Amino acid sequence: MDFKQDFPMLKKDLIYFDNGATTFKPYSVIKAMDDYYENYSANAHRGDYNISLKVDMAYEGVRDKVKDFINAKKREEIIFTSGATESLNMIARGFFEKYLEAGDEVLITNSEHASNILPWFRLADTNKIKINYINLDDSLHVTVKNVLNSITPNTKVIALAGITNVVGDVRPIKEITKLAHERNIFVVLDGAQTVPHSKTDVQDLDIDFMAFSGHKMCGPTGVGVLYGKEELLEKLDPINYGGGMNESFDDETKVYLKELPQRLEAGTPNIAGVIGLGAAIDYLNKVGMDNIYLKEIELKRYLIEKLSKIKHIDIINPEAESGVLAFNVDGIFSQDVAVFLDKYNICVRAGNHCAKILKKDIGVKNTVRVSLYFYNTKEEIDSLVELLSDKDKILKEMI
Amino acid sequence: MDDNLRREVILDNYSNPENKGRVEDKDYIYVNTNNSSCIDNIDLFLDVKDNIIKDIKFDGEACAISTASTSIMTKELIGKTLEEAKKFIENFYNMIEERPYDEDLLNEALAFSEIYKQANRTTCATLPYKGILNAIKKYEEEH
Repeated sequence: MDFKQDFPMLKKDLIYFDNGATTFKPYSVIKAMDDYYENYSANAHRGDYNISLKVDMAYEGVRDKVKDFINAKKREEIIFTSGATESLNMIARGFFEKYLEAGDEVLITNSEHASNILPWFRLADTNKIKINYINLDDSLHVTVKNVLNSITPNTKVIALAGITNVVGDVRPIKEITKLAHERNIFVVLDGAQTVPHSKTDVQDLDIDFMAFSGHKMCGPTGVGVLYGKEELLEKLDPINYGGGMNESFDDETKVYLKELPQRLEAGTPNIAGVIGLGAAIDYLNKVGMDNIYLKEIELKRYLIEKLSKIKHIDIINPEAESGVLAFNVDGIFSQDVAVFLDKYNICVRAGNHCAKILKKDIGVKNTVRVSLYFYNTKEEIDSLVELLSDKDKILKEMI
Repeated sequence: MDDNLRREVILDNYSNPENKGRVEDKDYIYVNTNNSSCIDNIDLFLDVKDNIIKDIKFDGEACAISTASTSIMTKELIGKTLEEAKKFIENFYNMIEERPYDEDLLNEALAFSEIYKQANRTTCATLPYKGILNAIKKYEEEH
């Protein structure tokens, strides 16, 4: 499939390998958002006139799309947020701040994104809970055995990314959820790097909460989703109070809150963003989530095959079955490699990728990261590999 | 300095940086300097006696531009009085930020005279200077 015609950014003289950070948007997403702003730009949930009703239909229609996309049981289990970060903060503050007591333990790993670490650090401060880390194996993967070894009678939550944005390892979430639930432990899934890349089935995984962002799956920035099992979301306190989330209130500070999902969406929502997210889901469904997964794995294997032939390249995570590859060029600082590639309009990421505590495990602080998406091509990988194969050229041109 | 010489000076200071190392001596002022926008992270150790910079050492993880800039800075500042050092630093910032500056003062640091053309790398070049200014300030507050 040629995706070039669908994405304005793919028509530029650019090779984009930073899809873990954000992805390009197809015309259909941009058009859907423009259409809202140009043709029915009213607020949601005000239904007294025609175009407002149209907004409601579009906005709530996306809720159904998201529900089907991740196979949630009910539409009430889908809450629109500004992104995975806000979703994770809502889970930690709105639910677990109330639930966790001093001495309770939350299990995470060193390779989590900051947004799945810092909300828990905050609870360590406010609720005096303890943060424990699941040991990673030699290839930086989370194994069921190591999860079991890390669980104590005080473990109350396991919060993990499905795939990490740093080394791209895929976690056995279904198995982890099963053993966690047998021990009355909640499981929170940071789906930012999984939902865009393969079929997600929250009922099959049986996870309790999940967070993901629209912009990492061909959707707009500023919109994301909080998923939670209905009975748990019922107990999640709103962080934001205001319009749209209350049924009524009187002058004696008594507030009657709306039902889910409105209760957790105070204020005018990101209507255009949600509509754009709906168009992104339509687009991904058209390509097919299974095709997306297979294409990424094919590209990743091709990239590894080519890069592993270059002596001066050290690949950090060759085993990871995802579209993320971290590596270093021997003796050259990752940022210098990224600056060199940028001179040839190749976008890669250098750094610690928001997982600042991982350096203990991989021994190196910084890496170059290539994160692929289905619209990348083998020809683009060839261009990257050709440039990386000439170390003298990198040294000469990196400054 | 022409293009090739600039490149050579930077690469040379990156491959074989001067004054690299950590110091435990309590007489040294220690500061960390890093860029929140990128990943350079450098520790600086400054020794001042009788108003003269006796020694500077540095350690850390940083790109070619930052590392070379730090190496050159240490060489240029050691032996200078604090006033001379501040004048050098001011001149360096003037060059990076495209204001008039005195070429004759900057020696090897002229290798960065064209860095303003790469906006995302000017912060790499000035990183050690930001750090050493903090260290000098710290010294002056304590003395």
